[in-house]
Amino acid sequence: MSEMIATRDAYGKALLELGQENPRVVALDADLSGSTKTGMFGKEFPERFFNAGIAEANMVGMAAGLAAGGMIPFASTFAVFAAGRAFEQIRQSLAYPKMNVKVVATHGGITVGEDGGSHQSIEDLAIMRALPNMTVLCPADGPETEAAVRAAAAYDGPVFIRLGRSKVPVVFTEGCDFAIGRGATLRQGTDMTFITTGLMTAQALEAAAILAEENISARVVHLGSIKPLDVDLVLQAARETGAIVTAEEHSVIGGLGGAVCEVICEGYPVPVERVGLRDVFGQSGLAEELLAHYGLTPAHLVEAAERVMRRK
Amino acid sequence: MLKEETVRALEQTARQLRVEILKMLNTAKSGHTGGSLSAIDALTALYFHQMRHDPSNPKWEDRDRFVLSKGHAAPALYACLAEAGYFSRDDLKTLRRFGSHLQGHPDMNKTPGVEVCTGSLGQGLSQAVGLAIASKLAGRSARIYSLLGDGEVQEGQIWEATMAAAHFKLDNLCVILDHNGLQIDGEVEKVMNVGPLGPKFLSFNWHVLEVDGHDIQAICQALENADETEGRPTMIIARTVKGKGVPFFEHKASYHGVPPSDDELTRALEHLGHS
Repeated sequence: MSEMIATRDAYGKALLELGQENPRVVALDADLSGSTKTGMFGKEFPERFFNAGIAEANMVGMAAGLAAGGMIPFASTFAVFAAGRAFEQIRQSLAYPKMNVKVVATHGGITVGEDGGSHQSIEDLAIMRALPNMTVLCPADGPETEAAVRAAAAYDGPVFIRLGRSKVPVVFTEGCDFAIGRGATLRQGTDMTFITTGLMTAQALEAAAILAEENISARVVHLGSIKPLDVDLVLQAARETGAIVTAEEHSVIGGLGGAVCEVICEGYPVPVERVGLRDVFGQSGLAEELLAHYGLTPAHLVEAAERVMRRK
Repeated sequence: MLKEETVRALEQTARQLRVEILKMLNTAKSGHTGGSLSAIDALTALYFHQMRHDPSNPKWEDRDRFVLSKGHAAPALYACLAEAGYFSRDDLKTLRRFGSHLQGHPDMNKTPGVEVCTGSLGQGLSQAVGLAIASKLAGRSARIYSLLGDGEVQEGQIWEATMAAAHFKLDNLCVILDHNGLQIDGEVEKVMNVGPLGPKFLSFNWHVLEVDGHDIQAICQALENADETEGRPTMIIARTVKGKGVPFFEHKASYHGVPPSDDELTRALEHLGHS
């Protein structure tokens, strides 16, 4: 059993380190600093931490102004409020002017758990991906989150980073690198490819191991950068394995599955199965119960792989 | 108190800027006339008296910054920026045209002197708050100015930003509210009454001043008063007339988003003593 780390905890740690290294790094939150983990930064650097209160629209606008004034703001709240409540502020005050603000949205997806469907963002990647100038990242685990947060800080422009509430298995190694727009092949395979993001990458690695026992060689490609997408890596998988299963803790509409299908359709059409929420909202429950209910387990990925192989 | 001759010179500048606004809107054949004319005296006071800025060095770090939160008054801002020398006055003829750096609403990445992108109402004040915090964090003495519309303050985000500006004690922030009483659909009071405005900002712990928004001496004195205020942001409620300076545009919501026709331009310029 691999180590388990919540990506939001890795964010809190990385943000604190960035704050120690660069006095221009500032953090904003909307009354959720204990949950998003910006509180770690706030405790160490109270003069560079700004709690907007429960006012996400103004938080994003203030972050834009701070960036215009030369700071590197990280603004955090839950994904459902960041991409939902503050959408138009992100569009007008961040994406349109290409403002150097990092929106780090925690509690993405259904593994929010008990809080229920109102708090489980299943559409944020689709919404953010549609915005010109926006970079959208969805790391797989703790180490990759730290690297992604650092890459975002080094990049001059708006970035949306989607993180989760629950602890997830560690896939990458501490100190791994992360490049915006680049994916990673985590397991080689020749019969089909899982293209995954966020916590579904760990699930896909498990599924690939199960498939290997059935003599099916499954490749696992992790895309921590949803936009820009690693088009070459996706097309290579299509050419070399001839069948794709996408998997994300998100609606199958417009997120990773949508992005991969766009690339495959135009570049190298092969059968694709999309694993994700089938155009439904979530509900209360334990993270594991919800992953099982909505078809986001290794067993479901094995079934999807078998389905897509039959379509080759 | 400003010297009488200083005030006269600023009034003359404002008159000239009204001419530029009307001409550019007529040429563009679209854009916002009424709210540009109501705001231009306040903008004249800011750009040609109050603010420290350097048109030859638009990114000068210690400059005062201005955020036009009511971004549809872009013609008024562009007229000031051209007059100050950020770009050629000839460029004003390209307002809203394909390929022009003068977009329908202010764009920081296209127009020299524009600090942030505005146009979607309610968002500029939050950005001004962020700029004011950044200015303090960087240890700069630069002041941040913003101009709001009175219809704009119906947006909830304005009150989020109002709350934050007082909470963070942003005494380097001074906001002018262009209180012309009209919005696209009619009188602000009838569309959605957000008044009384003064008491509202007072209750949010702002320093509040009310002036005649077309009295340049009064505006400049209010700006100076704001300079001297400590621990609180300042709201200058400028009572204005939509379409001010052109009698047949004054007090008319119907000229919110309508440019002057050729005939109206000729008559308007006569009123402004410009042939």
